Amino acid sequence: MLPYLLRRLVLAAVTIVAITLVTFGILHLPPVDFVTAYAAQAAASGTSISAAEADAMRLAYGLNQPLWVQYWKWLSMVSVGDFGRSFEYGRPVTEVIGDRLWLTVLLSMGAIVITWGLALPIGIYSAVRQYSIGDYVFTFLGFIGLAIPNFLLALIVMYFGFRLFGINVGGLFSPDQQLAPWTWTKVLDLLNHLPVPVLILSLAGTAQLVRIMRANLLDELRRPYVVTARARGLSERRVIMKYPVRAALNPFASTIGYLLPFMVSGSVIISVVLSLPTVGPLLLRSLLSQDMLLASTIILLLGILTVFGTLLSDLLLMWIDPRIRLGQLR
Amino acid sequence: MSAAISEPLVITEAETRVAVATQRQLIWWRFRKHKLAVVSAAIVLAFYVIGVFADSIAYSEPFDTMASRSYIPPQPIHWFDADGRFHPRVYALKGKRDPRTFKLSYAPDPSEPRDVVLFGRGYDYNLFGLLPTDIHLLGVANGRPQDALFLLGTDQLGRDVFSRLVLATQTSLTIGLVGVTLSLVLGVLLGGLSGLYGGWIDVTIQRVIEILRSIPTIPLWMGLAAAVPTSWSPQRVYFAITLIISLIGWTELARVVRGRFLALREEDFITAAELCGASRLRIIFKHMVPSFLSHIIAAVSLALPAMIISETTLSFLGLGLRPPAISWGVLLQDAQNLQTLALAPWLLVVAVPVIVVILAFNFLGDGLRDAADPYG
Repeated sequence: MLPYLLRRLVLAAVTIVAITLVTFGILHLPPVDFVTAYAAQAAASGTSISAAEADAMRLAYGLNQPLWVQYWKWLSMVSVGDFGRSFEYGRPVTEVIGDRLWLTVLLSMGAIVITWGLALPIGIYSAVRQYSIGDYVFTFLGFIGLAIPNFLLALIVMYFGFRLFGINVGGLFSPDQQLAPWTWTKVLDLLNHLPVPVLILSLAGTAQLVRIMRANLLDELRRPYVVTARARGLSERRVIMKYPVRAALNPFASTIGYLLPFMVSGSVIISVVLSLPTVGPLLLRSLLSQDMLLASTIILLLGILTVFGTLLSDLLLMWIDPRIRLGQLR
Repeated sequence: MSAAISEPLVITEAETRVAVATQRQLIWWRFRKHKLAVVSAAIVLAFYVIGVFADSIAYSEPFDTMASRSYIPPQPIHWFDADGRFHPRVYALKGKRDPRTFKLSYAPDPSEPRDVVLFGRGYDYNLFGLLPTDIHLLGVANGRPQDALFLLGTDQLGRDVFSRLVLATQTSLTIGLVGVTLSLVLGVLLGGLSGLYGGWIDVTIQRVIEILRSIPTIPLWMGLAAAVPTSWSPQRVYFAITLIISLIGWTELARVVRGRFLALREEDFITAAELCGASRLRIIFKHMVPSFLSHIIAAVSLALPAMIISETTLSFLGLGLRPPAISWGVLLQDAQNLQTLALAPWLLVVAVPVIVVILAFNFLGDGLRDAADPYG
């Protein structure tokens, strides 16, 4: 158990380092460095910043020093939560991102919960009633779910939502609640708006998991111990739920690690289409306007959150699978 | 006991056929059984044929804009004339502007029919990039096709959606192929190294793959794609985007290759070859590659749709290919908001080929994967 845990922790740490390196790379990818871009932007909007101010920023980020010094300076600022200022909004990056990060997390986690909640019963049903009409229907829906990129699904849902029901499915809040402070009404409003994007986001993942669950459970159902259990007169429900489902669940749990980055990626895209107040549209805008401090912060935070989520799922896996707990696997 | 043995051994013709069949034949027979995969293969092939002959199938110049043709709804071909004879025609359109909303609306005018002909003349292009010609699959008998034919309507700038869709198919399908080739090279190289040498090389490459897979790809892609300078030519942007997509797409292919290497390393025929003194390269290319080539082909056909989705997504966001390049993602960008969709829902037609091609590739890949191991 301990070696497994240690291995996971080390891997998470290495991944975070890799993410900071990549983010730093993205920060410095544009041909013009971000301080010069900032000065140009400020000049264009008529509120020019003084040369001294620009020089102070260059000094703080060590822009005239070797790359590794720059990386180190940037890292030590970021690690204490100083992400700098957004050029476009003229406010600290943390302030611009605000609630958006948590709404992204909420959306992704909601999608994972729904994915699990849907995939588990459907997978069991499809395996137990293999080749039934229901199985075929779910398989068909699954293929459709895999084939439609989620931004396209969001577009199609948006169009038909408008065409058939005359509603706009975009956004996470009603117009009057958008800028309101957090109250119960706002939370309820959010919960009202959440299902459509969450369902769109979870469709592809659900399709994938149903396929995995069905295949795994079919393998397990052919094992002799299932026959034995049946021969000993256990109820059908118990025969299936007690052992085969549990055994089939294991690879299911291990896919969370890949599901989370997948969901975060998807949430960025569908947020742009449905104009949800998550970090997605913000990231797109900042990248298009080369507001690199904001863009790189979003990429960094999304990456790190994903690593923590994956770590949590590993702990969950340890709890589900006794073979890992007892150190017999891996 | 003797009774069991004395039972005559009947070997049917079919069994003999299977016994002497080559690996290739066995794979083909197994693949043929998967009807859906065969149909999908035909669909994929058809799409690539469209891609190759894109300029011939398109009938209007894809960049030809005209304000007076803005947002024309799809116009059907009228196949039979009033007497019930086969006589495909389209009617000329009369545009009218609503004096209150300023919205253009179009009405077909049956008094002015135009004949639709096969292999008519249209804009100039080079067939296969070589032969200069102006013959297109469809044309109208008298007049220019861009003034008469609107099979899938027009976009805001009055460009023909059908012609642009056909040319977009060419771009999107080739970007998938180029991207998959690049990730295949990376995947085979790194997966092969990993599976062949094992030890710390294997551990390192596996960890790199694990790390790459645990980073959300879309934000990363967006960050990288946004750095492609706007001043670059469409060709350079195309290659930069392909490179970015394949940089992250190779992990799955590497995993497959490594798995096959690990499995094959233990096989008797590899040991036999080693004992005969065959060199490492000879073992890899003469003995190992032929036996996992089919698996790689299957993995490639499953990786292609992911590539196509990636390109479409990036271009849709405005970070991938940019106009004047035409791809499915670029076309979908026009259909991005509700206002446009309410006004011109036919712009969403691009979704159809995207979904069909991705589905077809998935079924084809499934069929190939089953057929890759015909003994199982």
